[in-house]
Amino acid sequence: MNKPIRRVSVFCMLLVLALMARANWLQGVKATALANDKNNKRVVFDRYAHPRGNIFLANGRPMTKSTFVNGLRFKYKQDWTDGEMYAPVTGYSSQTVGNSQIESLEDDFLSGNDDRLFFRNTLDMLTGKPKQGGSVVTTIDQKAQKAAYEALKGKKGAAVALDPTTGAVLALVSTPSYDPGKFSGQDTSAYTKYLDDPDKPMLNRALRETYPPGSTFKIVTAAAMFENHVYNNPDDRTNTPARYLLPNTQQVLPNESKFEPCTNATVLVAMEYSCNTVFAKIGDEVGKDKLAAQAEKLGFNNPKVDTPVRAAESVFPRDSDRPGTALDAIGQHNTRVTPLQMAMVASAVANNGSLMQPYMVDKEQAPDLTTISQTKPKEMSRAFSPETAQKLQTLMQGVVESPGGTGRAAQIPGVTVGGKTGTAQHGENNKDLPYAWFISYAKSGDTPKVAVAVVVESSEGDNRAGIAGGKLAAPVAKAVMEAVLGK
Amino acid sequence: MSSFGLTNRTTNTTTITPQGAPNRRNTELVMLAFAVVIPMFAYANVGLAMDGSLPGGMLGYGLGMGGLALVAHLTMRRFAPYADPLMLPIATLLNGMGLVMIWRLDKAGPLLDSNYPAAANQLMWSGLGIGLFLGVLVLLKDHRILQRYTYISMMVALVLLAAPAFFPERKEDFGAKIWIHVGSFSLQPGEFAKIILTVFFAGYLMVKRDALALASRRFMGLYLPRGRDLGPIIVVWVISILILVFETDLGSSLLFFGLFVVMLYVATERTSWIVFGLLMSAAGAVFVASFESHVQTRVNAWLDPMAAFSPHPPDGATEQIGQSLFAFGSGGVMGTGLGEGRSWLIKFAAKSDFILGSFGEELGLAGIMAIFLLYGLLVQRGLRTAVAARDPFGKLLAVGLSSAFAIQVFVVAGGVTGLIPLTGMTMPFMAQGGSSVVANWALVAVLLKISDTARRPAPEPAPNPDAEATQIVRT
Repeated sequence: MNKPIRRVSVFCMLLVLALMARANWLQGVKATALANDKNNKRVVFDRYAHPRGNIFLANGRPMTKSTFVNGLRFKYKQDWTDGEMYAPVTGYSSQTVGNSQIESLEDDFLSGNDDRLFFRNTLDMLTGKPKQGGSVVTTIDQKAQKAAYEALKGKKGAAVALDPTTGAVLALVSTPSYDPGKFSGQDTSAYTKYLDDPDKPMLNRALRETYPPGSTFKIVTAAAMFENHVYNNPDDRTNTPARYLLPNTQQVLPNESKFEPCTNATVLVAMEYSCNTVFAKIGDEVGKDKLAAQAEKLGFNNPKVDTPVRAAESVFPRDSDRPGTALDAIGQHNTRVTPLQMAMVASAVANNGSLMQPYMVDKEQAPDLTTISQTKPKEMSRAFSPETAQKLQTLMQGVVESPGGTGRAAQIPGVTVGGKTGTAQHGENNKDLPYAWFISYAKSGDTPKVAVAVVVESSEGDNRAGIAGGKLAAPVAKAVMEAVLGK
Repeated sequence: MSSFGLTNRTTNTTTITPQGAPNRRNTELVMLAFAVVIPMFAYANVGLAMDGSLPGGMLGYGLGMGGLALVAHLTMRRFAPYADPLMLPIATLLNGMGLVMIWRLDKAGPLLDSNYPAAANQLMWSGLGIGLFLGVLVLLKDHRILQRYTYISMMVALVLLAAPAFFPERKEDFGAKIWIHVGSFSLQPGEFAKIILTVFFAGYLMVKRDALALASRRFMGLYLPRGRDLGPIIVVWVISILILVFETDLGSSLLFFGLFVVMLYVATERTSWIVFGLLMSAAGAVFVASFESHVQTRVNAWLDPMAAFSPHPPDGATEQIGQSLFAFGSGGVMGTGLGEGRSWLIKFAAKSDFILGSFGEELGLAGIMAIFLLYGLLVQRGLRTAVAARDPFGKLLAVGLSSAFAIQVFVVAGGVTGLIPLTGMTMPFMAQGGSSVVANWALVAVLLKISDTARRPAPEPAPNPDAEATQIVRT
């Protein structure tokens, strides 16, 4: 009987071998995929098993803090200092609903699982030091962020401030906001409440919402005009009739008021008074392709503007008809922008035509504070020539400084400020309350220091006539610029 | 190769005085020391990892384990001196590691669903198991005695197998009716039936094997048995299908049928029986799977373990297999370390059927390979015993017990790792479950008894008073 017994013995060995092969497949080949599967709750438990790294302001103060909660499943929980102010920058990190924005993009680093921390982690493990996440230092200027947040508090709106020479995001505010610390633990009732709120506090208006830009877009139209030599100087007269009909139609395009000196105005005056007729006519003369090309150099029609948090795509339509393009050129019709996009426009003007890639993560630091990576500023595009930039600066400074300018509210004594207001109509037949816009930059000497874009969604309480960029949005921009300049 | 005793007599003729074959009891003692010390280290490891201090009961536990092992070893020296030296240490090690893991999961507290301390109970069952082990060693003078109880065994086995069907099903049994509940006391009769049925098969086949092997007709290259010899085989087949249908226990029916086919093959040395057996199991599987929803659920869960995580999981889907795969994957090659894993995510079965997943996560691939090797080694020692045994009943019994053990390990471990559909059986020695521990200790005791008989040197020829001094015969 020994021969069959030996065969049975081989068979049993094969059974064991099959089990071993399977174990190798599971724990060797498929291990990483299984360990990181989205249904594997260990991923979330691990994220909060050790002190999580924090996200810092540019001045080294933390926006987040990791709190030891010693729960059954979760040892730590992420908390925020001034969560509502910083939430649009950091995003949230919650044990139950997941992560967003920087908390999500930098998750590996913050939770200490990044490959670049592997060597340190191993060393720490050998020396018995507890594991800790790395930290992320942002470019956010605490004073500018606070100024923007205080100025927008109680309103619906957003503000973005950039350093025009580097592209560093100095402030990024969206109101109404949410406090990520309220749902970072096991209790998600606050999260549900935020989601159900009709004011959409979880919407990051600065990056993820697009608005019609209104008159602020006239800067882009003017840039295309100078670049394509439709008019060459701010003082050129534009031959605009008193009663301007949209091309191919019998529709009269009105200006904001009858008293504005728009008839045959110079480009400069038209910008100061924000003449719709003049820029609609210029837009029609430049044509949609050249307008679109200019807009695209400034970051429009690009779905991948990453700060590293991805911004929504700003759109300048390439498929409008002639009257449509005339309206697109004054920031109505189908033109849509994010506040970040308009801050980029202002920064390109201030930085002599060079548009810097916006970024808000300055560096990643290991738990022992050594720098693991540092972001180098880089040019995103040459939006227009330095000459065009100079002419645009003349126009924008006129808006703020000249006696009839719409942006006088943004004046800062002793500082060169250029700006542009906007009051964007929207809704069917423009009957919804308009959006108030202001974009601006401030220079210290010849060096541009800050470029700002502010949008305020007006509410029923505001007097409709009083909703102009100059009144609602310019003071916010001014406060931010002053904060950056240290005034 | 035949047994050691025969080797001595037939090939080595330089001396007539038979040398005593080394009985390897000292080897066993050394191995046994490892088998006690390794779980002790694991125990200390869990305490240090989870509480930062050595567990309080360490000394008592160590002394208890060591004492039990020592008593077992001394009993072996007295009652089974020539038995295999590896089986007792391997069983002790597996049992010890299982206890440590159960204790570790007890400490997971409320993290584990419906957790209740089970380590103390398991320790008690292990003690009882070793008690039964000692009882078998002492009371079973010769394994051939069991041959007398062939048909009684069959009756007892049938009663044990049928019993759970007549007891009310409980919610926590999750569909498989394999328990007998009397008050708070639960028994899994299938574990004992496994051994008793093997005794019956061995006894029955030893008598019938010639009839089954020789009185057959050749058909298409295969030897087909006569109808009257086929009867008992059909009976076993029907019983295993009935178990499947009435007790919805896929694992046991697989085990019993596999066991029977293996023993039939060994007894008759006819390959045709394997073909025949495979055909019958395939037919049975198709027959049952086509209308038994419980089996279908298991098969679906095996084909797509992650379906249970989808927003609209299919009916009866369970996260268990998916969670078990996550545990293995998260353990990776080196494991998280004892006490550092999160196998409590597998929920209530983490200590019992899925204990291998807990080991996979905390000891990693390295630990799992070691565990598979230990099981493989135990099975191979059992089969080695079968080869060495001198009597056909012993051979059949040893081969049956070893392969039943192997099939059970494969079915459980394969199910937990997602290699085959999951069935409700326990990992021998490791998993929580009193019946399983006790039955498997008895199984090892019987194997050791057979091995003792097999390796025992043949009795010396009766001394002849007239004999001259020893002569040396050279050939």
